[in-house]
Amino acid sequence: MSSKVEKRPGSGGAAMSRKQKAINFGIDAFLISVGLLMILPLVFLVANAFKTPQEMLRWPPSIIPSDPTFANIRTVLADTPLLRWIFNSFVFALLSSISILATSSIAGYVLAKFPSKTMTFLFAVILATAIVPFEVYMIPLYFQVKGLGLLNNLWGMLIGYLVMSFGIFLIRQNVMHAIPDELLEAARIDGAGEFWIFFVIVLPLLRGALGALAVLAFFQAWTAFAWPLILATTRDSYTIEVGLALFQTGFTVDLGRLSAASALVLIPSVTLFVLLRRNFVQGIASTGLKE
Amino acid sequence: MQRKRWLFALFAILPTLAIYFWVRVLPIAEIIRLSLHKWDILSKNKPFIGLANFQELLTDQQFLISLFNTTIIAFGVLMITIPLSLFLAALIHHRTGSKLSGFNETMIFIPHVVSLVPAAMAWKWIFDARLGPLNAFLGMLGIPARSWLFDPKLSVLCIIVLCSWQAIGYAVLIFLVGFKNLPVSLFEAAKLDGASAVQSFWHLTLPLLKPITLYVSVVTLVSGFNVYAQAYVLASDAQGAPGRQVRVLVLDMLENSFRNYRVGYAASEAVVLLVIVLVLTLIQFSLLRERGRK
Repeated sequence: MSSKVEKRPGSGGAAMSRKQKAINFGIDAFLISVGLLMILPLVFLVANAFKTPQEMLRWPPSIIPSDPTFANIRTVLADTPLLRWIFNSFVFALLSSISILATSSIAGYVLAKFPSKTMTFLFAVILATAIVPFEVYMIPLYFQVKGLGLLNNLWGMLIGYLVMSFGIFLIRQNVMHAIPDELLEAARIDGAGEFWIFFVIVLPLLRGALGALAVLAFFQAWTAFAWPLILATTRDSYTIEVGLALFQTGFTVDLGRLSAASALVLIPSVTLFVLLRRNFVQGIASTGLKE
Repeated sequence: MQRKRWLFALFAILPTLAIYFWVRVLPIAEIIRLSLHKWDILSKNKPFIGLANFQELLTDQQFLISLFNTTIIAFGVLMITIPLSLFLAALIHHRTGSKLSGFNETMIFIPHVVSLVPAAMAWKWIFDARLGPLNAFLGMLGIPARSWLFDPKLSVLCIIVLCSWQAIGYAVLIFLVGFKNLPVSLFEAAKLDGASAVQSFWHLTLPLLKPITLYVSVVTLVSGFNVYAQAYVLASDAQGAPGRQVRVLVLDMLENSFRNYRVGYAASEAVVLLVIVLVLTLIQFSLLRERGRK
């Protein structure tokens, strides 16, 4: 995970020819248009949330509503427990990230620093199960949750998102690269206990990786769909994704209100993403280093 | 001393292992076991029936359609995502250090992080036959309006577009990691030998990026085979039943399990999905190993 930015040919410099500059300008212009095009659907979605039904029909669609209205948002909030759903999703995502951070850091540390045949075997099992998509074993997991009487319940939902194979892998890699054995040995010679070493020496050194993992885990739970959909069957237990998806299947729902509901969800999560972008990108980028 | 350390390791990892076993290993084993049994929720007995569930799948029209649709979607997304994101990543990498690179990366990446359902909602509006800007735009070019989301073939296309839109951000990011790890010296040598930028892209960058391309392709395909939310939101049928217009594997599986109460049968569908994923992963590893041997 090298974050150093190297100077590349074409990144500046006085010797650059005029032709090179023109090419770079063209590339910049192209990339910006692609970037704007990528978020255009979302921009329209947010704009539509504030449009009157008449303006929704207008062509070309406006990005800034000419006559902004809060009617859509007001009706959605009155018709659906939208805030309750957002709250459910938030608590679910938060608890899931806490659990994933705890399980991944301790397991990753032990797997990295206490090498033995057992640990190698355990790590192999974890890597092998990591390949299997959640959708494959969702049904048996549902019956396990049902057996505990936790359907329609945040704790039941949480059971599917307590651990993350990739998280264990990520922390293990980080411990191996960032924490030298000598450091741990020195602490042991000074008489430090194993728990003390883990909490006081190891965890602070893993701050960057844990931050990335926390963001990754949070968004993973926040955007979960199939799992909460089968677990939650009462209106009050929906997560925002499930609530919205079921809300939009109704007949009477118009696009203005759908957009309003969607925008209410999008705005905070996109803001959160932009704020935590560095952590996020670091986390996602490290998924590519699996080999 | 040594024993004390081992005791710590064991105690520390035990809770995580227990959870891991309970929520991952156990259900995976259980899905395979269930797939060999006939279990209809209402019946008390779960007789072992060998591969009968899989035999039935072979003649199940609904399942075959789902498998077909899902395969089309997965490969459709792959064919759009990989070339496009490689191209974008190459351009972004070329402009590393420019003031705009952070902005561009963020914009391209946002669709990957936003929640599926609101994002799908945006596209539902775009594709909407009456109100959607797509038809209005095509109308300007003289192309007749189409009911994108109510035609089975066109809605598959719509799902592919939505999934690719979301997959590109991730692929670009991983490719960028790949670009950053390329050996700079090799490119400088090529430049000294008079290779143009385009030449070194074809003859150096692409072969060097093969492992990462393989990885991104497999990830894209696997998530394509797991497509569900996108079809659920975009492809409601004329009666408003979610996802019926384009049946996908996960939808068919969940309907068999929770609507038709045929859990054993649904489990066999999950096993098919598992086999697909395993085969894709094995192909990835064997191609990588082949490369390593050369």
